[in-house]
Amino acid sequence: MAADVRLLGTAFDPGAELADFTARHAAAGGVVSFLGQVRAGGGVEALELRHYEPLTLPGMAALAEDAQRRWVLEGLLIIHRSGEMLPGEPIVLVAAAARHRRDAFAAAEFAMDHLKSESWFWKREKVAGAWSWIEPRSVDFDDVRRWRE
Amino acid sequence: MARLVFLGRLEDVAGGVERVVAGGALADVLAALEPDLAAALGADRIRLAVNGVLVADRASVVLGDGDELAFLPPVSGG
Repeated sequence: MAADVRLLGTAFDPGAELADFTARHAAAGGVVSFLGQVRAGGGVEALELRHYEPLTLPGMAALAEDAQRRWVLEGLLIIHRSGEMLPGEPIVLVAAAARHRRDAFAAAEFAMDHLKSESWFWKREKVAGAWSWIEPRSVDFDDVRRWRE
Repeated sequence: MARLVFLGRLEDVAGGVERVVAGGALADVLAALEPDLAAALGADRIRLAVNGVLVADRASVVLGDGDELAFLPPVSGG
Protein backbone atom coordinates (compact mmCIF):
# COMPACT_ATOMS: atom_id res chain seq x y z
CA MET A 1 0.00 0.00 0.00
CA ALA A 2 1.52 3.32 -1.07
CA ALA A 3 1.02 6.20 1.32
CA ASP A 4 -0.63 9.41 0.10
CA VAL A 5 1.94 12.13 0.82
CA ARG A 6 1.47 15.68 -0.45
CA LEU A 7 3.12 19.07 -0.04
CA LEU A 8 0.67 21.81 -0.98
CA GLY A 9 1.22 25.47 -1.76
CA THR A 10 -2.44 26.41 -1.40
CA ALA A 11 -5.26 25.82 1.12
CA PHE A 12 -6.91 22.41 1.40
CA ASP A 13 -10.15 21.08 2.90
CA PRO A 14 -9.26 18.64 5.70
CA GLY A 15 -12.84 17.38 6.07
CA ALA A 16 -13.09 16.43 2.41
CA GLU A 17 -9.60 14.87 2.43
CA LEU A 18 -10.41 12.78 5.49
CA ALA A 19 -13.75 11.63 4.06
CA ASP A 20 -12.01 10.60 0.83
CA PHE A 21 -9.22 8.79 2.71
CA THR A 22 -11.68 6.92 4.91
CA ALA A 23 -13.74 5.85 1.89
CA ARG A 24 -10.59 4.51 0.18
CA HIS A 25 -9.78 2.30 3.19
CA ALA A 26 -13.01 0.54 3.99
CA ALA A 27 -11.11 -2.52 5.30
CA ALA A 28 -9.69 -0.49 8.16
CA GLY A 29 -11.45 -0.87 11.48
CA GLY A 30 -10.24 2.51 12.64
CA VAL A 31 -8.91 5.80 11.33
CA VAL A 32 -6.93 8.17 13.56
CA SER A 33 -6.35 11.67 12.28
CA PHE A 34 -4.60 14.80 13.46
CA LEU A 35 -5.22 18.28 12.10
CA GLY A 36 -2.81 21.10 12.86
CA GLN A 37 -4.04 24.63 12.21
CA VAL A 38 -2.68 28.15 12.59
CA ARG A 39 -3.35 29.16 16.19
CA ALA A 40 -5.48 32.29 16.55
CA GLY A 41 -4.52 34.85 19.17
CA GLY A 42 -1.21 36.19 20.45
CA GLY A 43 -1.36 38.94 17.85
CA VAL A 44 -0.28 36.57 15.08
CA GLU A 45 -1.59 37.87 11.77
CA ALA A 46 -0.11 35.21 9.51
CA LEU A 47 2.17 32.20 9.49
CA GLU A 48 4.51 31.21 6.70
CA LEU A 49 6.14 27.84 6.16
CA ARG A 50 9.08 27.58 3.81
CA HIS A 51 10.41 24.33 2.42
CA TYR A 52 13.36 23.23 0.30
CA GLU A 53 12.12 21.43 -2.78
CA PRO A 54 14.88 18.79 -3.12
CA LEU A 55 14.54 17.64 0.51
CA THR A 56 11.12 18.34 1.97
CA LEU A 57 8.75 16.09 0.04
CA PRO A 58 11.26 13.21 -0.30
CA GLY A 59 11.76 13.42 3.49
CA MET A 60 8.01 13.23 4.09
CA ALA A 61 7.78 10.19 1.80
CA ALA A 62 10.61 8.48 3.70
CA LEU A 63 8.83 9.19 6.98
CA ALA A 64 5.64 7.58 5.63
CA GLU A 65 7.60 4.48 4.58
CA ASP A 66 9.14 4.27 8.03
CA ALA A 67 5.70 4.42 9.69
CA GLN A 68 4.43 1.71 7.36
CA ARG A 69 7.32 -0.56 8.30
CA ARG A 70 6.67 -0.10 12.01
CA TRP A 71 2.92 -0.66 12.09
CA VAL A 72 0.38 -2.65 10.15
CA LEU A 73 -1.56 0.00 8.27
CA GLU A 74 -4.27 -0.10 5.64
CA GLY A 75 -3.49 3.45 4.60
CA LEU A 76 -1.50 6.54 5.57
CA LEU A 77 -2.19 10.14 4.59
CA ILE A 78 0.18 13.07 5.13
CA ILE A 79 -0.75 16.49 3.75
CA HIS A 80 1.44 19.46 4.68
CA ARG A 81 1.11 23.07 3.65
CA SER A 82 3.84 25.41 2.57
CA GLY A 83 3.46 29.15 2.01
CA GLU A 84 1.50 31.80 3.86
CA MET A 85 -1.49 30.92 6.05
CA LEU A 86 -3.97 32.85 8.16
CA PRO A 87 -5.17 31.99 11.69
CA GLY A 88 -7.57 29.04 11.58
CA GLU A 89 -6.18 27.69 8.31
CA PRO A 90 -5.09 24.05 8.23
CA ILE A 91 -1.32 23.41 8.20
CA VAL A 92 -1.03 19.66 8.38
CA LEU A 93 -3.34 16.64 8.21
CA VAL A 94 -2.15 13.17 9.15
CA ALA A 95 -4.43 10.15 9.05
CA ALA A 96 -3.62 6.50 9.65
CA ALA A 97 -6.03 3.69 8.83
CA ALA A 98 -5.53 0.28 10.42
CA ARG A 99 -7.41 -2.88 11.25
CA HIS A 100 -6.69 -2.24 14.91
CA ARG A 101 -6.83 1.13 16.59
CA ARG A 102 -3.50 0.97 18.44
CA ASP A 103 -1.56 0.81 15.19
CA ALA A 104 -3.51 3.80 13.86
CA PHE A 105 -2.98 5.91 17.01
CA ALA A 106 0.73 5.13 17.17
CA ALA A 107 1.42 5.70 13.47
CA ALA A 108 -0.37 9.05 13.44
CA GLU A 109 1.51 10.26 16.50
CA PHE A 110 4.83 8.99 15.16
CA ALA A 111 4.27 10.84 11.89
CA MET A 112 3.34 14.10 13.65
CA ASP A 113 6.29 14.00 16.05
CA HIS A 114 8.68 13.56 13.15
CA LEU A 115 7.01 16.19 10.98
CA LYS A 116 7.36 18.71 13.80
CA SER A 117 11.00 18.11 14.60
CA GLU A 118 12.70 16.53 11.60
CA SER A 119 10.93 17.55 8.43
CA TRP A 120 12.49 20.27 6.30
CA PHE A 121 10.27 23.24 7.12
CA TRP A 122 11.09 26.67 8.45
CA LYS A 123 8.42 28.78 10.05
CA ARG A 124 7.99 32.49 10.55
CA GLU A 125 5.10 34.52 11.85
CA LYS A 126 3.84 38.01 11.31
CA VAL A 127 3.04 40.08 14.40
CA ALA A 128 2.12 43.78 14.10
CA GLY A 129 3.15 43.72 10.44
CA ALA A 130 6.66 42.37 11.09
CA TRP A 131 7.87 38.86 10.21
CA SER A 132 10.14 36.90 12.54
CA TRP A 133 11.52 33.37 12.30
CA ILE A 134 10.45 30.78 14.85
CA GLU A 135 13.23 28.85 16.59
CA PRO A 136 12.78 25.11 17.17
CA ARG A 137 11.23 24.13 20.50
CA SER A 138 13.04 21.67 22.75
CA VAL A 139 9.78 19.87 23.57
CA ASP A 140 9.52 18.84 19.91
CA PHE A 141 12.92 17.13 20.16
CA ASP A 142 11.83 15.39 23.37
CA ASP A 143 8.69 14.19 21.58
CA VAL A 144 10.62 12.62 18.74
CA ARG A 145 13.40 11.17 20.89
CA ARG A 146 11.06 8.81 22.74
CA TRP A 147 10.48 6.83 19.50
CA ARG A 148 14.15 5.84 19.53
CA GLU A 149 14.14 4.46 23.06
CA MET B 1 29.26 29.61 -11.16
CA ALA B 2 27.44 27.92 -8.27
CA ARG B 3 24.32 28.84 -6.38
CA LEU B 4 23.92 29.26 -2.61
CA VAL B 5 20.44 28.85 -1.11
CA PHE B 6 19.61 30.26 2.32
CA LEU B 7 16.77 28.73 4.33
CA GLY B 8 14.95 30.10 7.35
CA ARG B 9 16.49 33.05 9.15
CA LEU B 10 19.66 32.76 7.07
CA GLU B 11 17.66 34.48 4.35
CA ASP B 12 17.53 37.60 6.53
CA VAL B 13 21.27 37.49 7.22
CA ALA B 14 22.03 37.07 3.51
CA GLY B 15 19.47 39.64 2.39
CA GLY B 16 17.86 37.20 -0.07
CA VAL B 17 16.97 33.57 -0.65
CA GLU B 18 19.87 32.79 -2.95
CA ARG B 19 23.09 34.10 -4.38
CA VAL B 20 25.30 33.13 -7.32
CA VAL B 21 28.98 32.78 -6.47
CA ALA B 22 32.20 31.50 -7.97
CA GLY B 23 32.71 27.78 -7.26
CA GLY B 24 35.51 26.22 -5.27
CA ALA B 25 36.14 24.76 -1.84
CA LEU B 26 33.58 25.65 0.84
CA ALA B 27 36.13 27.56 2.93
CA ASP B 28 37.01 29.76 -0.06
CA VAL B 29 33.36 30.33 -0.95
CA LEU B 30 32.59 31.42 2.62
CA ALA B 31 35.68 33.61 2.82
CA ALA B 32 34.43 35.64 -0.15
CA LEU B 33 31.16 36.51 1.66
CA GLU B 34 30.46 39.23 4.22
CA PRO B 35 31.99 38.20 7.58
CA ASP B 36 28.68 38.10 9.47
CA LEU B 37 27.06 35.95 6.79
CA ALA B 38 30.08 33.64 6.62
CA ALA B 39 29.94 33.22 10.41
CA ALA B 40 26.21 32.43 10.34
CA LEU B 41 26.65 29.87 7.54
CA GLY B 42 29.65 28.27 9.22
CA ALA B 43 27.87 27.55 12.52
CA ASP B 44 27.83 23.90 13.61
CA ARG B 45 24.04 23.66 13.74
CA ILE B 46 23.67 24.61 10.08
CA ARG B 47 23.31 21.51 7.89
CA LEU B 48 24.41 21.55 4.26
CA ALA B 49 23.02 19.92 1.14
CA VAL B 50 24.72 19.86 -2.25
CA ASN B 51 22.34 19.31 -5.15
CA GLY B 52 19.71 17.99 -2.75
CA VAL B 53 21.98 15.53 -0.91
CA LEU B 54 22.86 16.14 2.74
CA VAL B 55 26.55 16.66 3.41
CA ALA B 56 28.22 14.54 6.10
CA ASP B 57 31.61 16.27 6.01
CA ARG B 58 31.81 20.01 5.35
CA ALA B 59 35.50 19.84 4.55
CA SER B 60 34.71 17.67 1.52
CA VAL B 61 32.48 20.27 -0.15
CA VAL B 62 33.83 21.66 -3.42
CA LEU B 63 31.37 23.52 -5.62
CA GLY B 64 31.55 23.07 -9.36
CA ASP B 65 29.76 24.82 -12.18
CA GLY B 66 25.98 24.61 -11.75
CA ASP B 67 26.10 23.11 -8.26
CA GLU B 68 23.52 24.20 -5.67
CA LEU B 69 24.55 24.42 -2.02
CA ALA B 70 21.75 24.85 0.51
CA PHE B 71 22.31 26.07 4.08
CA LEU B 72 19.73 24.50 6.39
CA PRO B 73 19.23 25.88 9.91
CA PRO B 74 17.42 23.80 12.56
CA VAL B 75 13.90 23.11 11.34
CA SER B 76 10.79 24.53 13.00
CA GLY B 77 7.92 23.03 11.10
CA GLY B 78 4.53 21.46 11.56
